[in-house]
Amino acid sequence: MSVGLEHYLALSAVLFSIGLYGVLAKRNAVVILMCIEIMLNAVNISLVTFSRYVVPLLLTGQIFAIFVIVVAAAEAAVGIAIIIAIYRSRQSVDVDKFDLMKW
Amino acid sequence: MFDIIFWVLAAVAVGAALAVVLLRDIFRAALSLVLLFLTVAGIYVTLYADFLAVVQVLIYVGAISILIIVAIMLTREVWHGNPPGRLRIPALIVCLLLAVTLIFTVMSTQWLVSGESPKTPTTMAIGEGLFGRGGFLLPVEITAVLLLAAVLGAIVLIREK
Repeated sequence: MSVGLEHYLALSAVLFSIGLYGVLAKRNAVVILMCIEIMLNAVNISLVTFSRYVVPLLLTGQIFAIFVIVVAAAEAAVGIAIIIAIYRSRQSVDVDKFDLMKW
Repeated sequence: MFDIIFWVLAAVAVGAALAVVLLRDIFRAALSLVLLFLTVAGIYVTLYADFLAVVQVLIYVGAISILIIVAIMLTREVWHGNPPGRLRIPALIVCLLLAVTLIFTVMSTQWLVSGESPKTPTTMAIGEGLFGRGGFLLPVEITAVLLLAAVLGAIVLIREK
């Protein structure tokens, strides 16, 4: 069986699950941000795969992937700014200690 | 040949993603994240997405990885390592279930695969799709506003009082 749509989607699913595990299980906020980037990359792989195999002449999936990349860049900038601001006030990036908004 | 390239890239991508999650050293985790971004660019090449592969290298490998490494250096938490939190076992179960469900769904669905050969090069087609008639011109403009707002927000958040 040669490589096709299913293989790329399975790779995307595996990468997404690894990223989700990191987001749920890690305590360092920077590592959580890195795992969110893994998840966004997995979604991009599946978008480009659908663009390649389902509508190869329209390229809509690749255009969506470009929008995802732009939003990921904005998210990384704002996320790292928030992490550094919190680190300045609390001297920690451990998400278990971020209980500022807990009543 | 094509199959071998895909399997090598997929193995490196999964290994690099596991290294990001499992390595104790945060800086090495960030470096393996860069490796993951590069292999994803290679996967785009195998999918005939040449423009997107270049964009991936420029934005992810060039910009976002630098941002993440600078954040690691600014927060000086490297020697605390990369410890898992209290939710490790439930998170592992949830993610394994999600992976099994997704792969089962992908394998058991009858996809409507088009037999046409893909369009190459893609740059002109993507430009027409973004800016041409009936394209995505309004989302492009909104994205510009989003990027401006994100950069201004980052500057305001990070400025010393």
